[in-house]
Amino acid sequence: MTREILEALIKIAILLGGLMTAAAYLVLAERRVAAWIQDRRGPNRVGIPLTRIRLFGLGQPIADGVKFLFKEDVTPAHVDKALYWLSPIALFTAAVGIYAVIPFGSVLPSSVGLEGQPIHLVIAPEIDVGMIYVFALSSIAVYGVLLGSWASNNKYSFLGGLRSGAQLISYELPLGLGLLGVVLMSGSLRLEDIIVSQARSGVWNIFVQPLGFVVFAVAAFAEAERLPFDLPECEQELVGGYHTEYSGMKLMLFLVAEFVHMVTASFLMAILFLGGWHFWGLTGWEETVGLPTALARVGVLMAKVLGLIFFFMLARWSWPRFRFDQLMDIAWKVMLPWGIVNVVVVAFWIEYGDRLAAAAGMANKALMAGVGLATLFLSWLVVTWADPTAADNRPVPWSASEPAAAMGDDAS
Amino acid sequence: MKPDDKDIVWIQEPELGYSGRSYVRLFVEGLTTTIKHLVGPKQTIESPEQRYQPPDPLLYRGVHRLNRDEQGRVKCVACFLCATACPAHCIDIVAAESPWPDREKYPESFTIDELRCIFCGMCEEACPVDAIELTSLYDLSGKSREEMIFDKEKLLSVYDQTKDAEPMRSKREPLP
Repeated sequence: MTREILEALIKIAILLGGLMTAAAYLVLAERRVAAWIQDRRGPNRVGIPLTRIRLFGLGQPIADGVKFLFKEDVTPAHVDKALYWLSPIALFTAAVGIYAVIPFGSVLPSSVGLEGQPIHLVIAPEIDVGMIYVFALSSIAVYGVLLGSWASNNKYSFLGGLRSGAQLISYELPLGLGLLGVVLMSGSLRLEDIIVSQARSGVWNIFVQPLGFVVFAVAAFAEAERLPFDLPECEQELVGGYHTEYSGMKLMLFLVAEFVHMVTASFLMAILFLGGWHFWGLTGWEETVGLPTALARVGVLMAKVLGLIFFFMLARWSWPRFRFDQLMDIAWKVMLPWGIVNVVVVAFWIEYGDRLAAAAGMANKALMAGVGLATLFLSWLVVTWADPTAADNRPVPWSASEPAAAMGDDAS
Repeated sequence: MKPDDKDIVWIQEPELGYSGRSYVRLFVEGLTTTIKHLVGPKQTIESPEQRYQPPDPLLYRGVHRLNRDEQGRVKCVACFLCATACPAHCIDIVAAESPWPDREKYPESFTIDELRCIFCGMCEEACPVDAIELTSLYDLSGKSREEMIFDKEKLLSVYDQTKDAEPMRSKREPLP
């Protein structure tokens, strides 16, 4: 028992430390990538203090952290004190708590474990409700945002919070539907099992259900409040959104939680759809492996996560932000039907796939990949044709008697 | 303003084609543009180590200088045309009787408040004897406001500092 507690404590220390460091350095990476995309160089000066050594700006996060610590933490007089304090704590705790069930590797062999036991590289190994736990915690993020905006007692914050609440709750559904196909495929809610089932067949879920991946990825972007779905902040319209009234360490908690959300979304995408720690010819799928393979699995998973994070950063500068009605239309009229279609196709395939594959004389997974691609293409075609996000935002004609007066004046 | 006001012009936005509605084209175009700039050349100059070079130093409007003639005397004849032309009123001239026979007046003191100057170059255009000119020095700084009020000696020293790199502007070829 003490061994398990000790093991869990060590893993928590490593993961929390790594996560905080990663969040700090992701801020730097974000700024550097943004600068490169804008033909600038970005922060590249801060290195080791009191020397002229620059280290490509790697000292910047430390300088930022020290700055945040020494900044005055202003609590405005008009806020609801209790909720004002609760909001960043709730948001941050929920964001970090998710990592209890997220595996960051597979299993370290018993030769390096405590008391000769293998180490599962997840804080709480073999939790049967892993995915449900993740969803339960990620929906608490909504409370953090809503509490913060309400407690701020500021109209702009509140508008941002309302939008954010609507957006986060709306995109929970496509997120869950995108996930449902994966859970049906692997028959388990445990994240380790989902990886193992992909590794065993050697076919990642993105190949057999690309539609599910699209739905999940779009919903994950929206849940992480990143561009092109960053309406909660939307600094051009709402100053800073729900954290306008925050400063000092509390603001930093909000910002770090935002980056942790991004890392979480990348982890989930990598684990659910991109095979987790699996890579062909490199990692295998066996339960017990030697130390080099175990470390290679950690490396592969980290590489996938970093690649996805880089894509998050690219996406920020690639596409314009959606209007709010478009955002809602995408959630309810595009992603939700797509998710349902994906779940139905996957369920159908689990029931009849083997028989169909035998009749066609092909491997089950190969045929399913074809079916998945066809599903994606057809669904996309239907959405393109039906165009559910089109909206005429012009006000209705003023006088009912002559409706043509307000419209089509460009001819005169 | 009511929606049926005569001054409102309703604009019909262009119809999106299938490629636009499917979002695929926008997706690809956005990503390719981003990646092109990600790996493309950078515009930033690493300032203290690399210096910005004005493309044409003789056209740049930086710190002023007071030119000297062939005998090393200040060229200015204290006609006050630059001070009159200056829209920021930053030039202050005290004229005195000239000790030299070729002119009547010379500036006993000639000060320019560089903090007030807007670097429009109208003093240079107004000068009838090409005595005041703007150089390509752009990073002037000082520790106090008084330090930024340049007197005659300072302005003449700017000439000594820049005369080799930047010859008199009146001698340059006219722009095509």
